[in-house]
Amino acid sequence: MDLSYGPEYETFREEVRGFIAVNRHLAPKNAGRAARPSKEGVAWQKLLIEHGYTARTIPREYGGFGAEPDILKSRIIAEEFARAGVPGGLANQGISMLVPTLLELGTEEQKRRWIEPTLAGDVVWCQGYSEPGSGSDLASLKTSARVEGGDFVINGQKIWTSTAKEADMIFCLVRTEGDAAKHQGISYLIFPMTTPGIEVRPLRTMTGHAEFNETFFTDVRVPVDQIVGQRGQGWFVANATLGHERGMLGDPDALENRLLALIELMTVEQVGGARVIDLPALRDRLVALQAEVAAMKYNGMRILSNQIKGEPGGMAKLIVKLQACELAHQISALAIDALGELGILYNGSAHERENGSWQWNYMFQLGLIIGGGTAQIQKNIISERGLNMPREPRLDLPKGPSAQGGQ
Amino acid sequence: MDFGLSQEQQMLAESVTRLLRELSPLDHVRQVAEGGSAVSAQSQAALAELGLPGLVVPEAHGGLGMGLLDATIVATALGEAVAPVPFTARNVMAPLALIAAGSEAQQAQWLPRIAAGEVRFGVGVHEQVSRRDGSGVRCSGGALTGTALFVLDCEEADHFMIADEAGRLHIVSAQADGLELIALKTIDATRSVGELRLASTPAEALADDGGAAARRLIAAGRILLAADSLGAADAMIAQAVAYAGQREQFGRVIGSFQAVKHMCAEMAAKNEPCRSLVWYAAHAFDAVPAEAELVACHAKSHTGEVGRFVARTATEVHGGMGFTDLLGLHYWFKRIGFDRQVLGGPETVREEAARLQGWIAVAA
Ligand SMILES: Cc1cc2nc3c(=O)[nH]c(=O)nc-3n(C[C@H](O)[C@H](O)[C@H](O)COP(=O)(O)OP(=O)(O)OC[C@H]3O[C@@H](n4cnc5c(N)ncnc54)[C@H](O)[C@@H]3O)c2cc1C
Repeated sequence: MDLSYGPEYETFREEVRGFIAVNRHLAPKNAGRAARPSKEGVAWQKLLIEHGYTARTIPREYGGFGAEPDILKSRIIAEEFARAGVPGGLANQGISMLVPTLLELGTEEQKRRWIEPTLAGDVVWCQGYSEPGSGSDLASLKTSARVEGGDFVINGQKIWTSTAKEADMIFCLVRTEGDAAKHQGISYLIFPMTTPGIEVRPLRTMTGHAEFNETFFTDVRVPVDQIVGQRGQGWFVANATLGHERGMLGDPDALENRLLALIELMTVEQVGGARVIDLPALRDRLVALQAEVAAMKYNGMRILSNQIKGEPGGMAKLIVKLQACELAHQISALAIDALGELGILYNGSAHERENGSWQWNYMFQLGLIIGGGTAQIQKNIISERGLNMPREPRLDLPKGPSAQGGQ
Repeated sequence: MDFGLSQEQQMLAESVTRLLRELSPLDHVRQVAEGGSAVSAQSQAALAELGLPGLVVPEAHGGLGMGLLDATIVATALGEAVAPVPFTARNVMAPLALIAAGSEAQQAQWLPRIAAGEVRFGVGVHEQVSRRDGSGVRCSGGALTGTALFVLDCEEADHFMIADEAGRLHIVSAQADGLELIALKTIDATRSVGELRLASTPAEALADDGGAAARRLIAAGRILLAADSLGAADAMIAQAVAYAGQREQFGRVIGSFQAVKHMCAEMAAKNEPCRSLVWYAAHAFDAVPAEAELVACHAKSHTGEVGRFVARTATEVHGGMGFTDLLGLHYWFKRIGFDRQVLGGPETVREEAARLQGWIAVAA
């Protein structure tokens, strides 16, 4: 066990701290929920890229910083931004999912065209995977694309498409090979949301906002070269990046930040003249969550070490999405209980705290337990891949590898 | 940077595991337990060969000079095997007490004999965590009077390390005047705990530092109990998965039912992060003193909660068989139950964690 990073890295840490100290006044306030970054957000993102504090290892010719991959440096950057309470680089679906996919499987032209503006926050993407009939069983998707005069012609419907209303572009799974086997007939297309024939209808969610949408396609024409990977390879292209999304949803720094906010809330809020944290029942729950967050933090360090050594993440990694999303939800649940009757105030009510964000989080984080592969799908994966238990029987496939997706 | 076990540490864990697999299969554990003892002579002798009595004793005093992380790995292996072997108090807490608070002369007198297995300590510090049934030990004029409950590793102990109510540590000989040891029978037949009654019993105080040493011992004990519980939980999960892979109902193995798979997945998902937490707690004990007590609390309370969940769920996966004495799964269930309560159950320990962070208002 050696948790020191060594002198070279401590120098680097000092640099990061120095940068944050000098520039923190430029960081966007309330970066939170917006789908499209504000002007300050874009400027901040560009400043971070310029200094290598985000998009660090992405080659310069594609708009990144072009550093050699160094997991520890990336880790130090994440730690220092989290510690300072300053937003780090953007982490939307374009940056977290599309960019790694293009880097791995895109053509040179696709990389040059799309990665830079995506990283900079100028181009916002949405993810068109789920359909009304295809959620956990994503590979059953039916939205079709036939080839006609050099174009794919797309017809069908996506659902739960986050930020489709704001997005410039979509990465989308469609069925191009009608008679191929389930997982072999899918292609991964990218196209502008302004393409004629696309209609986006916002779906109001339980939070009262429209975090996602229904997206309809009627004879949407997309040139055949706007495909990532080969025709029929879309399932594998998409799977290359599902792992990135699960990593994004299980970030231990984010958990630690939520916990710190909860501690702050419980020490500041008073009830009957006493701090909420002085109420034993609530305090007990707080300390229990603190222990769990610590466990996830050290679990994250263990995964990181394995990665540095080139060893597989194993069980430590398989459990992250399930555990971290549940834990985040419980942190918000305790915050609401700590606020008690004030916890139900919402929509800008008098006496509301922090713009109702604890309630919003409590609801939205339930969405994150469902999205990105539901908790039940995660348990299937843990038992089958982690514990080698028998696979789910497949009635949809004669034989062959089962694949569980779900965004 | 390397968060994990060194190669030597992995080898240590493997050698303890291998040794116990050979010398202490469940039949042997059962035999020892049914004979009314919590000490397997053959396992204890073989582990002594590996140097366990001197594991944390400095090399200058004839020990191996290892840290708490090494001890933690051993504890996990012992828990995994439900090994009836005194370890936590005898091999770790007692020498750590001397290292933390003994004078040079006391260290020179006791540590080499501990490392050589010539003296065998039990440790009574439980009153520093919780006092029940009027327990508590007072010190006056170099003698101790009162009752210490839940004295750990007391079977075959020839000396005891006892905390008085001020938290100062004392060495008492098992032969001393006015000392009476009453064995307590717990659910866990693989560990020995006792009640020590003292009446003006002569004692040798450690050249103490005012109670801080006792806190440190308790932190170490908690980390080791957490590690033990982790190992026992690992074993229960492995047994549940194995059983689910062979037991058939409705014409298929029960491990193909999703309800059963999900029980197993939940156990693994909750248990795996405990490993990193326990490792870090031990590392902090050795290297990050400012955090040590708090993380020890987290490790103890969290593995206590997860241990209970695993113990009941793994038993359920085995159906009626899990409930029988015959299968012996209950040895692990009970070991986890013991680890949860001793040196403070989750609520007690969390209260301490809160106090350490200034989250408890000073009484107005
Ligand atoms: C906040 C949010 C944002 C999202 N954003 C996007 C997005 O941007 N783009 C996009 O394409 N999709 C998005 N999704 C959709 C998301 O991927 C799906 O909701 C998810 O995969 C589950 O599919 P479903 O909703 O059809 O539920 P279903 O698959 O119908 O599941 C319903 C219930 O059945 C259970 N279930 C299903 N199959 C199994 C099985 N094999 N074993 C055990 N239980 C099973 C599930 O666990 C669940 O409890 C988002 C969802 C949410 C909540």
